[in-house]
Amino acid sequence: MKKQIANWGNYPRIESDEQTFSFTEELQTYVKKKEPFIARGYGRCYGDASLAPNTISTLRYNKVLSFDTEKGIFECQSGLTLDKVLAIIVPRGWFLPVTPGTKFITIGGAVASDVHGKNHHVDGSFSAHVIEMDVIGTDGTLYTCSPTLHSDLFRATCGGMGLTGVISRVKFDLKKIETSYIKQKQLKAKNLEDILRLFEENNHYTYSVAWIDCLKKGKGFGRSILILGEHAKKEDIPAKFRENPLKLPPQKQILFPFNLPSFVLNKLTVKAFNFLYYGKNLKREINNVVSYEPFFYPLDAIQLWNRGYGKKGFIQYQFVLPLESKAGLIEILHRISDKGIGSFLAVLKVFGRQDDLISFPREGYTLALDIPVRNGLFPFLDELDALVLKYGGRLYLSKDARMKPEILENSYPHLSAFKEIISKYNPQSAFSSLQSERLHITSR
Amino acid sequence: MNPSVLILGATSDIGMALAEKFAQNGYPLVLAARNSQRLAPLQSDLEIKYGTGCEVLEFDITHTDTHQATWDKLQEKPGITICVAGYMNENERVIKDTAETLKTIATNFTGPVALLNIIAADYAEKGKGIIAGISSVAGLRGRQSNYIYGSAKAGFTAYLSGLRNRMYSHGVHVLTVLPGFMDTKMTAHLKLPRLLTAQPARVADAIYRGILKKKNTIYIKWFWKWIMFIIRHIPESIFKKKKL
Repeated sequence: MKKQIANWGNYPRIESDEQTFSFTEELQTYVKKKEPFIARGYGRCYGDASLAPNTISTLRYNKVLSFDTEKGIFECQSGLTLDKVLAIIVPRGWFLPVTPGTKFITIGGAVASDVHGKNHHVDGSFSAHVIEMDVIGTDGTLYTCSPTLHSDLFRATCGGMGLTGVISRVKFDLKKIETSYIKQKQLKAKNLEDILRLFEENNHYTYSVAWIDCLKKGKGFGRSILILGEHAKKEDIPAKFRENPLKLPPQKQILFPFNLPSFVLNKLTVKAFNFLYYGKNLKREINNVVSYEPFFYPLDAIQLWNRGYGKKGFIQYQFVLPLESKAGLIEILHRISDKGIGSFLAVLKVFGRQDDLISFPREGYTLALDIPVRNGLFPFLDELDALVLKYGGRLYLSKDARMKPEILENSYPHLSAFKEIISKYNPQSAFSSLQSERLHITSR
Repeated sequence: MNPSVLILGATSDIGMALAEKFAQNGYPLVLAARNSQRLAPLQSDLEIKYGTGCEVLEFDITHTDTHQATWDKLQEKPGITICVAGYMNENERVIKDTAETLKTIATNFTGPVALLNIIAADYAEKGKGIIAGISSVAGLRGRQSNYIYGSAKAGFTAYLSGLRNRMYSHGVHVLTVLPGFMDTKMTAHLKLPRLLTAQPARVADAIYRGILKKKNTIYIKWFWKWIMFIIRHIPESIFKKKKL
């Protein structure tokens, strides 16, 4: 059916003929069609990665295939969303090995974007936990691949943005938990030096992430709140929770009712928000026990919060710089605060080691910030891209909607190997998205 | 203990949504469809999520000669039977192709009647049981755009009403479900008005409540009752000139 679709950033928005399927054979028939298309899950990547004139939605292909509750191994069809997975595994003492900041993404999307979480420095990205998966190729062939079986296809599919084929089945391992609660510690950092030191000192924590004020200049430049967490053990949680330690948090959502006019978000309102957000933690250190829901998914409580950025949408700009490029991080942050385009929630995190074919994470600092689309934004982001490149970093494809192909070319060292595998499994560019065309990964 | 539920046509979108709804509420299931391989993922899904028993049965609603054997094969007879089986193709194709016409009638009318006769006889003997048939508002008045499907559903609706009448004294209840537009594979090629169109999960909720409350006839989304009331009462002299 023809409909208007956009991803989470609401930019760009296009018309697409979106089809659905419930059974593997239906998918195998669909892929043989003549027009190029891209598979699409919940549409929570930000830019144009899962947009194309023809799309196939995996949302009805969402069955659980097996769950080994002894070993913690889960297997499902690619359209199942993380919230549904959590509802099944948490009461039985298991958790997702890696989760991004929203639970409204599909398992297929988690693999295609190779998502990372607050535990990247300890557990790596999602694909590190994939044991095996099925990918449907251009002629309808079902390839079962793993790190040892069709390993080229496996490596190019993890983080491959759906360009090797349609991911249909994924088997992955889980993390054992005693309770559904998180022991949380929040630390205030006065400036950038302070927050980077705190990351270093606390790298033994499983989960760590910082909110950073991108607009603050002078002495408080880079002031942040570091949020650390561990899965709570039974003895860590208050007595009243112990009766049902694996309780699922209530799924309450309020709806963001309309698109906010774009003038609402400006330098002043963001500054005011940041002042209040930083100021709300009165003490330098706060320790408490919270449910996993607010710890991992604070924004999921507000349905369609992306409307806050208005009809024109927003760009989430996320890059990673190597650890030795601290100067680059400082320079880019200065450019952002000078320009005064910071967002409510800018997020800073230190990644651990990773060197995959096309996945975004690598060891270093990653910063993500939401910026409303407005005149002059794209030239400014091009300037930032040049800095990211200069300091040896790169951008996250799942957030990207506007990068130029030469930036990708010069920032992903294994890009040519990735393209070679694409030309093997997707020779006619049958799987192709607005993004893959824009970045010259595929060409029709 | 809850009786088990037989879903005839379990690979349809409504069939799958019904399976989920009943499993969620602790009913064991027997899922029946032409292609039982397609049922395996649904079976594992429901067993893992809800821990309910879930049996799979291969059958073809149009193969009436196999119906008795299919029913006899079931060790424990399900106490609730829901017939979701149905078939709709583009009317223009159906009227030009006799095989398509007969397939439409067999899948929507004669097949279900033949099988439900067998099940109803068994329920009548036991003195209990519930049968729900998914018919359609398309059966309430023949329209030029969809009258082969519509007439088969009209036949099925009349059958269900007669069956309900006959089974009443045997303690067996019969529910007629009259959905309007639904967002399913059957209607994927049609451009449907969003407000009038029901999602499969919503349809399953309504049928589940209808069965629990032993309703006689239910519409999915209340306004369909009134839309069809108007459509049924347009005088034929006017109706025949309309493009409906």
